[in-house]
Amino acid sequence: MNKLVKNAAGRMIPEIINGDKAIPFKGVGKHIPERKKFAPKIPSNIFYPADGNKQINNIKEALIKSGIRDGMTISTHHHFRNGDLIANLVFDIAHELGIKDLRWFPSASFPCHEHLIRHLENGTISHIEGSMNGPLGRFCSEGKMKKTAVLRSHGGRYQAIQDGEVQIDIAVIGAACADPFGNANGLNGSSASGLLGFALADSQYADKVIVVTDNLVQFPCVPWQIQGNYVDFVVEVEKVGIPEKIVSGTTEITKSPDRLLIAEMTAKFCEITDIIHDGFSFQAGAGGTALSISIFFAEIMRKKGIKARFARGGSNKYLVQMLEEGLIEYILDGQTFDLAGVESMKNNPNHVWTSPFTSYNYHSKGNFAGMVDVVILGATEVDLNFNANVVTHSDGYLLHGLGGWQNCLFSKTVILPIPLFRDRIPVIVDDVTTLCGPGELIDVIVTERGIAINPLRKDLIEKTKNSTLPLKTLKELKAEAERICGKPENPKLSENIVAAIKWVDGTVIDIVKQVKNED
Amino acid sequence: MITTSGNRGDTVRSDCHIALTIHKTGGIKINIKSKVKSLFGKSINDLCSIILAHFDIENAFLEIDDQGALPFVIAARLEHAIKQQVNTSKEFLLPFYNDNYSFSTTDKIRRSRLYLPGNNPKLMINAGIYGADGIILDLEDSVAPEKKQEARYLVRNALRGLDFGSAERMVRINQLPMGLEDLKFIIPHQVQLVLIPKCENSDQIIQVDEEIKEISQCNNHQILLMPIVESSLGVINAFEIAKASKNVVAIAIGLEDYTADLGVQRTEAGTESFFARSAVVNAAKAAGIQAIDSVFSDVANINALTDTVQKSKAMGFEGMGCIHPRQVKIIHQYFAPDISEIEKAQKIVLAFEKAERQNLSVVSLGSKMIDPPVVKRALKTISQAESLLLIEKEWRKNHE
Repeated sequence: MNKLVKNAAGRMIPEIINGDKAIPFKGVGKHIPERKKFAPKIPSNIFYPADGNKQINNIKEALIKSGIRDGMTISTHHHFRNGDLIANLVFDIAHELGIKDLRWFPSASFPCHEHLIRHLENGTISHIEGSMNGPLGRFCSEGKMKKTAVLRSHGGRYQAIQDGEVQIDIAVIGAACADPFGNANGLNGSSASGLLGFALADSQYADKVIVVTDNLVQFPCVPWQIQGNYVDFVVEVEKVGIPEKIVSGTTEITKSPDRLLIAEMTAKFCEITDIIHDGFSFQAGAGGTALSISIFFAEIMRKKGIKARFARGGSNKYLVQMLEEGLIEYILDGQTFDLAGVESMKNNPNHVWTSPFTSYNYHSKGNFAGMVDVVILGATEVDLNFNANVVTHSDGYLLHGLGGWQNCLFSKTVILPIPLFRDRIPVIVDDVTTLCGPGELIDVIVTERGIAINPLRKDLIEKTKNSTLPLKTLKELKAEAERICGKPENPKLSENIVAAIKWVDGTVIDIVKQVKNED
Repeated sequence: MITTSGNRGDTVRSDCHIALTIHKTGGIKINIKSKVKSLFGKSINDLCSIILAHFDIENAFLEIDDQGALPFVIAARLEHAIKQQVNTSKEFLLPFYNDNYSFSTTDKIRRSRLYLPGNNPKLMINAGIYGADGIILDLEDSVAPEKKQEARYLVRNALRGLDFGSAERMVRINQLPMGLEDLKFIIPHQVQLVLIPKCENSDQIIQVDEEIKEISQCNNHQILLMPIVESSLGVINAFEIAKASKNVVAIAIGLEDYTADLGVQRTEAGTESFFARSAVVNAAKAAGIQAIDSVFSDVANINALTDTVQKSKAMGFEGMGCIHPRQVKIIHQYFAPDISEIEKAQKIVLAFEKAERQNLSVVSLGSKMIDPPVVKRALKTISQAESLLLIEKEWRKNHE
């Protein structure tokens, strides 16, 4: 029987996860490994074609040449988002070859990967370590996955690879453009998505690396976001992704009056507290509320005649407009959400592509996240101590990945603009269903009915003291939500652990339990 | 017999659909399909059981298709489903929200009034947070004919239970005589102001006023009225409408129907309605009440709204209707007195106060004599600027 131990956040964590010893969360900045980094095998030129042509007929052949067998770890990446065709294809082939118990290690999953449920059911895939979105999350929450899922942040994924915690046997990297040597980028071609940063660690550390493209160009493919010197095989296919689902058009600014109000309040807060100052930096996500916040930021910057030194993307046309208007000097882009972003990255030297290594990696000599003045994030739940959940809903279902969320918490000011309740479900709770981020790193909660500042941020409290902002405590906000919605019951969960949530340093901050099915 | 109430479908949020069959035997069976079932299933079940018991129903099959409806919505839907089968004068009333006991005042500022469709709970829940001066729960044009009855229960429950902040709680009733029936659902539940649509003569105001007296059993009730004139006849009779009752505090114009009545297109420039708008302003001022402009319905066009508000204010209107919360800020900004108006008014008020202290019968500013109506307007501007926090209460100190 797997013994449970209490971690530093007070959560009960199993000692062993999927056969490996788990390190319980020790507190922010407390876990310091004293080992060397994991290193891949040393390759030699003599095993690779002297003319540099590593092209193989098809993915099946490449997988066989890579030595695919039971129990291996296979990684794919989410640059093609909901238009990805690669991951499904890889596991269809693995199934056809009769391979079992693969660990899928994606940088993120999307609803299009619902297809893989059949391979989780037929034993081709034993479990997923990555994000768990929509249908896959539901499958996992109902206890149907053979082993325990592991969720990591983008930075945590890099750390796990570097620490050797996850050793990738075969990395399959889909690219919008590549040459036969394996140089690849995400900029050119019909499946262009901007950059390939999420595959960087895989290319460097995986035992075998396969690049798959539908736009094979003669050497050299420049810029080489993925360097061919790391690549074993190159495969040309008809289509790596569905373009209209890769860059899903521009996410529109929210029309919801509640969300607009929250966005406006957030921008106002940043104005009053001088977070918006000349030369500042910010990061906002891609959702409708976050987009509106960028637009309110732009208004304030124009009014004050100031500019931002840099903005961290997810980029989109609104951020690109700000760059072109001169409101932002640089976009440091982690992923590109629309074609305007892709074009800008291609043509504007100030629109720079980054990777989880530069932005988020915990076991490196610093990263960009801490330099950002303000980051705007979401959450499904927040407790009275500002601890937040971003992966499960209050009914216990695991429906979202961590993305870069945990990594961004290290920015100077972290603001969560969230509605006080969603379809009757209050967002501020006594105890978050799943702990993803410690409250000590979360500074401000902005809801449509009031703003709560973490008592640790005395500076922000001081700056807003005489303002017209509707400041409230989380306790007051929670009471208000419960007056309107009623107090929810606790979710009905069994004792079976279906997923582990890693902190950025590789320790386990919380686990997810199986949801009891009522009907 | 099955009766139903409420809404369902993919786009429905914060609402529920109820199907009720009352039986002679077999006890109560409640079947809940809800996206929030694991968190609120018991609460929904308990509320429905209490309501069924309240109406002495002992045997029934109740099916709820819920999209996160709040208790005030579920209660309204279920009561409506019950009352289609049970003839009773009983009501199921949830408690009042603490702040919803108050009455309004005649001279409350009414720059913006936000229309909410009376059968759409999703839009009602947060309506109070945008700072609108008034919130209108609409039983008239935004409610389909077959939904009129269920909307009455919903509006009644919303009036009692929702927090509308500092907004005046208004209801637009249906055109008479249907509107008189609406009053029974709102008058005992702390509505503060009733909008009477398609008003054409003073008799209609008197009918509504009498009905309110009857329902509230109070000859001197404090429920305010805002008639809306929406026809050529209404415009001609605007003054008699404005004077019909002491409870009429404002008169509004509705231009969609008015232009239809004239048989012309409603244009952005508004030349076709210039006479009517002026007539309504004139009637309102003659009667000593507020003149309120029509609704501006092009939500996306903030520039046109800004322009319209400025013109409207220049004509003498003191407020206008809106259908989206994002319009509220613009309406407030441009109906408020601007800086030059405030500064001029401050000078006049100071001169007036000085004249009073010195027992002078004539107020003068520099070499100019100030007429009493100008003083009156200046005092009004200042009191408005004070209440909108555009100037401090102690602004006189800075002028000494």
